[in-house]
Amino acid sequence: MEVTTSWYLALGAVLFTIGAVGLLVRRNPLVMFMCVELMLNAVNLTFVAFGAALGDLGGQVSVFFVLVVAAAEVVVGLGLVVAVARRKPGATADDITLLRG
Amino acid sequence: MVEVIVFVACAAVVLGGAVGVVVSRNPVHSALSLVATLFGIAVLFVSLEAHLLAAVQVIVYAGAIVILFLFVIMLLGVDRAEDLETEPIAGQRVLAVASGIGILGASLLAFFALAGDDLITGQPGAIQAITDEVPNVEAVGELLFTDYIAAFEITGVLLTIAVVAAVLMVRKPPASVVEDDEPPNALEEVELTRQAASDAAAQARAEAEAEAEAAAAERKAAAADDTEQADEADDEDKAEVD
Repeated sequence: MEVTTSWYLALGAVLFTIGAVGLLVRRNPLVMFMCVELMLNAVNLTFVAFGAALGDLGGQVSVFFVLVVAAAEVVVGLGLVVAVARRKPGATADDITLLRG
Repeated sequence: MVEVIVFVACAAVVLGGAVGVVVSRNPVHSALSLVATLFGIAVLFVSLEAHLLAAVQVIVYAGAIVILFLFVIMLLGVDRAEDLETEPIAGQRVLAVASGIGILGASLLAFFALAGDDLITGQPGAIQAITDEVPNVEAVGELLFTDYIAAFEITGVLLTIAVVAAVLMVRKPPASVVEDDEPPNALEEVELTRQAASDAAAQARAEAEAEAEAAAAERKAAAADDTEQADEADDEDKAEVD
């Protein structure tokens, strides 16, 4: 038995699905962010698996940029969470449907 | 055989961590489960011979991003257990699981049924072939600083913008700006100026609160749960104090 690219792709698909379901189910903005990270990681795994299958470095370079964007996204997202939590302590995603003053 | 064992162990850690992120009642436990998932992915990167990415994954994700999450969790004091029993929106979970099955089915179908043996159709080594002579770190680094130098510079700009945005968002605003979260012992003058300047804002806030209360009442009717009610009573108390 040998580990083929399909194994990695299947694992990535399952991981992406878990992240997507978590994003839809949970209401705590922090946990929702973590679920987005899960989905990003699933895609990263797929990138690297395809890159390895093709013997190409392009997949790894793409993952590098995804990592940078994920870091920037987390910084901005957590800044938003802190700003919202200052005005409305304990706010869930359902409580911030109104984004006016 | 070793590869299979490594893959199966890592897959178990990755999926277990992912499920832990979703089902943990406490956000701190979610963050720690996320660390397990990220480490599993890092080991899979090693087994795919992406050594630089494995190191970056551990340093940036597990080292920086999760720590940032934990900082915010602790800072905001939201590390108490959540009530996951009640469903805030009727049918939300059923729909979420249904769409999850849809996503999983669609991607697995695309991977295996439709693609079949022609799963990978790209041209091998189109951007830069992986060779055994050049170490992985060196090869990726060279590619980043030659072919992808423009993208690399732009990510630097992106990170700078993100830092500036984060500082702007969480900065304490000057006293003239209307704020809900001033401590009660703020200067009387500031208070007066603020109130004079913020009639419209107060009205808008009152409207928002009325709507929030209506929404809360709806939710209470939908989910007649004790803890939920206690939470909302808390919220209303806070609103009155404000």
